[in-house]
Amino acid sequence: MNVLKQSQLKAVPQKMKAEEMIYEIENFSLWYGETEALHEINMTIPTNRVTAIIGPSGCGKSTFIKALNRMVEMVPSVHMEGNIVYNSTNIFDPSYRVEELRTNVGMVFQKPNPFPKSIYENVAYGPKIHGIKKKKHLDAIVEKSLRGAALWDEVKDRLQDNAFGLSGGQQQRLCIARCLAIEPDVILMDEPTSALDPIATLKVEELVQQLKEEYTIVIVTHNMQQAARISDKTAFFLNGELIEHEDTSMLFSNPKDKRTEDYITGRFG
Amino acid sequence: MEARESFDEQLDDLKGKFLELADHARLAVDRSITALNHQDIDVALKVLDDDDQINQLEEEINEMATWLIAKEQPLASDLRKLITTIKLATDLERIGDLAVNIAKSVIRIGEKPFDIPVQDIPKMVTMAREMIDQVLEAYNEEDIRKAKQVAETDDHVDQLYGKLIKELLEYMSNHPSTITQITQLAFICRYIERIADHTTNISEGVIYLVKGKRFDLNQ
Repeated sequence: MNVLKQSQLKAVPQKMKAEEMIYEIENFSLWYGETEALHEINMTIPTNRVTAIIGPSGCGKSTFIKALNRMVEMVPSVHMEGNIVYNSTNIFDPSYRVEELRTNVGMVFQKPNPFPKSIYENVAYGPKIHGIKKKKHLDAIVEKSLRGAALWDEVKDRLQDNAFGLSGGQQQRLCIARCLAIEPDVILMDEPTSALDPIATLKVEELVQQLKEEYTIVIVTHNMQQAARISDKTAFFLNGELIEHEDTSMLFSNPKDKRTEDYITGRFG
Repeated sequence: MEARESFDEQLDDLKGKFLELADHARLAVDRSITALNHQDIDVALKVLDDDDQINQLEEEINEMATWLIAKEQPLASDLRKLITTIKLATDLERIGDLAVNIAKSVIRIGEKPFDIPVQDIPKMVTMAREMIDQVLEAYNEEDIRKAKQVAETDDHVDQLYGKLIKELLEYMSNHPSTITQITQLAFICRYIERIADHTTNISEGVIYLVKGKRFDLNQ
């Protein structure tokens, strides 16, 4: 009886959490010049969950996640329609500062891109820009972030070494630590393991699983098995359209749309 | 070149192997029934001899499917196809085993004529046998309608089985000297009923294969 009660208690808040949406994307379209890269996307992204974005090259998935922190606007010819609501605020609202958005929504890229600085400085850089000066405070942030990125034990004795001396997998986890240092809510990952070997890949995947306890993660990946392993929800994009957005287990075992089936079974085109 | 052409070819090979196993299982059932109908010990022994081949085919199917899962990392319908094939191969192998059981009972009964007329046993056999044919057609054509019909026939087999067992037990209690033979006949009825159940499992597998949803037809 007790067991039942406990599991019921546990199940309730989880369920409530699952219904909480950190992003609500409404009728969102995006053009590069004349070319429409995203077409009327409607989608929600659940809080503290891993959402995987899959689709063939050029389907708009990277554009989509770069729209989530408005990084896509760095391309000069971009124009957009529709809304992206983040934590109840439209990110395109002129009163909402893009810097604030990017503090809340961190990003990890395909190739690890540490700064040409020490391991320590890479992680402390963001908090320093945000005005944290006390060494003790910075030390604490660096340790916490490196621990959070499952890298602390490997680098704690060489924090002052240049970050370029780390392996690719370690560099990528350092970039994740750098991202964690500014305490975001959301971490966007654009093919974060495509340049890593299988073991480094599994470490990053393991990390993603741990991170979702505290962060919402949106990950673009070309690796179906990776999406299946680490995500709760999967969205399939094709030619700028969102074709299917489902629970991951459902999408990979019994997709509803024929185009999803053809893509994930590798019989595309 | 079409994407995953070689994978498709290997899936076809696997299907071929599965149908080969199905043919062997079907033949085993046919022979066990012939052995029963004619009390033919030689035919019964053949069923026993050929069982190794059935077991070996099942093993080959499992190995092929496992290797395909490992190297092709299948998803969606491909994955369902492989998982279902492994599962259904087990059902076919079990059908083979049950044919062996029938054959062994026939051998135990020997050449002594049956003590009671048992027309309902051949009737039940015919039903189970038709179910096997139908389910293999359903598998081959991925036809859900046919798969569902198999489950309906299974209900009739179950009813007939209940009736037969009752008759056999009644006869046995009135004619205690027939206990040995009647017990074997009751076993045979049970084996046939189990063959029909495994066939129903296969029909469920076919539906899962096509629809991606599970149905319990064995109720």
